[in-house]
Amino acid sequence: MARMLMRGNEALAEAAIRAGCKAFFGYPITPQNEIPGYMAEHLPLRGGVFLQAESEVAAINMVYGAAGAGARVMTSSSSPGISLKQEGISYIAAGELPCVIVNVMRCGPGLGGIHPSQGDYFQAVKGGGHGDYRLIVLAPGSVQEMADLTMLAFELADKWRNPVMILADGTLGQMMEPVEFSAETKSEPVEKPWATTGAVNRKPNVINTLDIVPESLERVNHRLLAKYERIKEEEVRWQAVGVKDADLILVGYGTSARVARSAMEQARRDGLKVGLFRPISLFPFPEKQIRELAKAERQFLVVEMSGGQMVEDVRLAVDGRSPVHFTNRLGGMVPTPEEVLEKVESILEGRGN
Amino acid sequence: MRVVFEKPEAMTDSPMHYCPGCTHGVIHRLVAEAIDSLGIREQTIGVASVGCSVFAYDYFNVDMQQAAHGRAPAVATGIKRVLPDKMVFTYQGDGDLASIGMGEIVHAAARGENITVIFVNNAIYGMTSGQMAPTTLVGQKTATSPRGRSAAETGYPIRMCELLATLDGPSYLARVSSHDTKHIIQAGRAIKKAFEMQQQNKGFAMVEVLSTCSVNWGMTPAKSMEWLAENMIPYYPLGVYKDITAEEGK
Repeated sequence: MARMLMRGNEALAEAAIRAGCKAFFGYPITPQNEIPGYMAEHLPLRGGVFLQAESEVAAINMVYGAAGAGARVMTSSSSPGISLKQEGISYIAAGELPCVIVNVMRCGPGLGGIHPSQGDYFQAVKGGGHGDYRLIVLAPGSVQEMADLTMLAFELADKWRNPVMILADGTLGQMMEPVEFSAETKSEPVEKPWATTGAVNRKPNVINTLDIVPESLERVNHRLLAKYERIKEEEVRWQAVGVKDADLILVGYGTSARVARSAMEQARRDGLKVGLFRPISLFPFPEKQIRELAKAERQFLVVEMSGGQMVEDVRLAVDGRSPVHFTNRLGGMVPTPEEVLEKVESILEGRGN
Repeated sequence: MRVVFEKPEAMTDSPMHYCPGCTHGVIHRLVAEAIDSLGIREQTIGVASVGCSVFAYDYFNVDMQQAAHGRAPAVATGIKRVLPDKMVFTYQGDGDLASIGMGEIVHAAARGENITVIFVNNAIYGMTSGQMAPTTLVGQKTATSPRGRSAAETGYPIRMCELLATLDGPSYLARVSSHDTKHIIQAGRAIKKAFEMQQQNKGFAMVEVLSTCSVNWGMTPAKSMEWLAENMIPYYPLGVYKDITAEEGK
């Protein structure tokens, strides 16, 4: 398939269908409406099911049912809607049901606004709902990655029997860029002997998250935690540009990383040794990779569209080895490369914050 | 030797946790008998809800999913939409279905979702130790209506069959009771019919089964059967509220 100009949300939806997504359940909310719109148009014609649910809560529970029945399934929403889904996400994580959940973040808190934000980082990477669990969280930085990471998300979901979240934002969802879909290759259907498909010639399968015997539930907790540790070892993804000689490394994901990249390129043209580190997997967080870059004579500047969320994980990774600075915009405002560059210059000139 | 009575194949050997005088066990058996008689055990996926029947996945010898509180119809929708040839049922209590899960049940019914719903109405939250339910009768004492349910403060109990009968989606809605043998036999027929509707792709079918909670009602098992008949049936009249096959036959 040739390169084509697509909106981020639509590229993501197309990629899901190509990845073998057989069911989509969702509820309308801006700025992700192009995803259900695309799914409603295309999925039923390509062998899948689209259903607009009566609520975000119902949508995520439909995902639970369909994932438990063995189907590749997806839902998408935006920040307030993702909050509503948290109960279901906790159950899905506990039931170890593979599925893909897309959050095209908008600004908050509360109803907030419909403009882009990265205010749901904590919710996405620290659990979000009740109990001890983790999602695999992938953060695309372009329309191409909206497609590529969505395809990867279905693979990882099945591989780990874990919900995978695509953490995008309103800018990435709405912007148009050229995108290319790698051949028509669809991943092979994965055997799911645990799925509830009817107990033919076997004992019944049960999808359950209840375990009222503490000794038994503790074993489940440890098993899940061990899985998350293996995910931390195997699934870290990141991009590092110009970090080797850098005096200052910009750290950002998604839209913030695009802005940081522009600021970095201008800084390099200006003769400043600035690099960019872009986490692509937010859980697992590229902690080791950032730690290896941290040293006394180097500084970090984290760029976010939040009040300061990922910066906490960067500080944990750096662990005091380098100064970590922070710059941000909020409320649906996107930082400009000029603002970031000005901050870079002030840090490097020793003017600090 | 001729077998005159045996456990349905669709039930497991697990001992049930239900209290003396509770009719969940009877209703489980009716569901299992319906599954056996239609020969659909290997095609059936059940959805357990939250409440006393939360462990239903231990008792039914079919594939089961356990749903979050009130969400069983949404979970069942997810299963049925990706496995349309399988038989999918939910088993829900009154708090689950008529309170926290009101949205899910109404919309599953409105969509005519081709599932079977077994709704067990005992007018109280049993699992959480006897709080007021959406179906608690006016005047009925519960842990959270200790002076009896006051209509002025908490309104009136909800009649689900009548409410859902206003929708075009359902194919079959019936209310039955589990307080004596005659009614249990009638309940069994209604439950089987609700599965047949799904088998024939007629769409959403629900059987509301009036049930008891002798422990939380504070009565002996025998007394609770009488209380059901004397108090619940007058407010929740038994009968068929919708049957599109009967209408088709007219």
